[in-house]
Amino acid sequence: MLRLDRISKTYRIGTFGSRELTAVRDVSFQVHPGEVISLIGESGSGKSTIGRMILRLTGVSAGTISFDGTDIAGFKGRGLRTYYGNVQGVFQDPFSCYNPIFRAERVLEMLRGPWFPGLDDRQWRDKVAASLEAVRLDPAQVLGKYPHQLSGGQLQRLLVARALLLDIRLLVADEIISMLDASTRIDVLNLLGDLKARGLGILFITHDLSLGNYLSDQTVILRRGEVVEQGPTERVFGRPEHPYTRALLASVPQLHRKWDRTGPGVRGAAGESA
Amino acid sequence: MTLRVDNLKVWYRTPRGEVQALDGVSFGVADGEIVGLAGESGCGKSTLGRSLIRLDAAMRHVDGTVELDGKELPIADDERMSGFRFKEVSIIPQYAMSALNPTRRIGGMLAELLESRGVGMAGVRDELRRRLELVGLDAEVLDRYPIELSGGMKQRMVMVISTMLNPSLLIADEVTSALDVSTQKAVAETLVEFRDRHYVKSTLFITHDLSLVYQIADSIVVMYAGRLAEKAPTDTLVAAPRHPYTRMLLAALPEVGVRYGARRLQGIPGSPPSLLTPPTGCRFRDRCPLAFDKCATQPPFVEVAPDHLVACWKAG
Repeated sequence: MLRLDRISKTYRIGTFGSRELTAVRDVSFQVHPGEVISLIGESGSGKSTIGRMILRLTGVSAGTISFDGTDIAGFKGRGLRTYYGNVQGVFQDPFSCYNPIFRAERVLEMLRGPWFPGLDDRQWRDKVAASLEAVRLDPAQVLGKYPHQLSGGQLQRLLVARALLLDIRLLVADEIISMLDASTRIDVLNLLGDLKARGLGILFITHDLSLGNYLSDQTVILRRGEVVEQGPTERVFGRPEHPYTRALLASVPQLHRKWDRTGPGVRGAAGESA
Repeated sequence: MTLRVDNLKVWYRTPRGEVQALDGVSFGVADGEIVGLAGESGCGKSTLGRSLIRLDAAMRHVDGTVELDGKELPIADDERMSGFRFKEVSIIPQYAMSALNPTRRIGGMLAELLESRGVGMAGVRDELRRRLELVGLDAEVLDRYPIELSGGMKQRMVMVISTMLNPSLLIADEVTSALDVSTQKAVAETLVEFRDRHYVKSTLFITHDLSLVYQIADSIVVMYAGRLAEKAPTDTLVAAPRHPYTRMLLAALPEVGVRYGARRLQGIPGSPPSLLTPPTGCRFRDRCPLAFDKCATQPPFVEVAPDHLVACWKAG
């Protein structure tokens, strides 16, 4: 469905763009319907940049991203609109996606004019109710409320509901549960699992290895813009081959297994200079 | 016992009434102990940490006492507290990244800070160098501006500054939340190292991440809606939790190796009560699968096994 073929992204930095910074280098992977791909990396690994390129929020410097065989870089006007009908993103901070002076469901209402002009009020209400049900939100609890009256988990699920209104086929989920509490975070994860079962392809971008592991079929580990390891999730987590993946796995805090204090320094492995 | 908190109540004044953010909390921190304080957002864990060092204008000390090394901390008296801060109680704030003055070189800022406590920079220079080395920083960072350091470096710098005068109690408030996993591990282990080297006597490690606190704490306190739910030695709390909230919270954590298809984890339905008008009795009652009539009365925080305290009628 979605295919990334050796994509790179370089930014010009410094005075007059005199230097180049490669944020993403030669990354390739595919997302099939009903498949969850985890894109895991630390800050500065380029994981969000990849998500943004797929959503056409930023351009691709080299390589191609294609959706159903068509290069997305060529989409304009109607074509781009169709693309966004298929691919949508949800981001980390649900609080900043809402205008605090309007009711929360405005994020849904805004889709109505451009996308569903033919629906009458009743059909629209049914459609909204169906998408809220899909994200397991009780319409009575969220409709008519202002953003500050809803929890982070509810706001985030409402944004997923918004994406689902469009009958999308691919969801780019960029750190969507990082800001949520442990007790509600798992509900959003389970929701993504249910959507996957309905055939939605999901690109799950995260820095948290245990969250990526819970949900995904395929895992891509990024470091400084390059793929260090990719493959089926069981293999990447079960038998990591790259030293960086191993160091990363060893530093994830886990219950029932304490850190190996004598192990190799992760600081060096993670590439942060002191 | 380094720290003794007894029935501490600190509320926030708001236009709509008082938020009972910290409502009758009692616990102790032993000498050389790292106590992890875990809970979800809004449970009062940061309020507790801040109460031990500085109450801001909106916070009101309603009741209870805090004792540090046998002396009572005058937490409501900003001026008298000033004598304790930095020397006796110190904090690594939640956003340590922005705790450094961006317009000053780090060394200059530190010298000024030490001077305000009557300590000369010259006297501590060697010790400072040793400590910077311990956290993996070069002494030349003192000549740099904060903007020239990465997030992890700033965090480690703030850790060194906060503990420079060997405080009895160090409050580490979500110090690793903004960091990558590998830096997170380094920072957490440094806290243990600081304790082992007696740079700090005891540490209160505040976090939302139970699996992180499990790595370094000697005992863990779990808070819910302004009150303590459970306190136990780390291994006991994780292996044999007694409070339903602790159990459900632990069960909601995905671990490496747990997969959606194989084992579906469950969240905790519902949300915490408003602390503006908190319900009577147990505050977890509405979300608790074990709740029964008696929960309408507030359960006492009692010892159910040695060093294991729980506030639940069903835990006895």
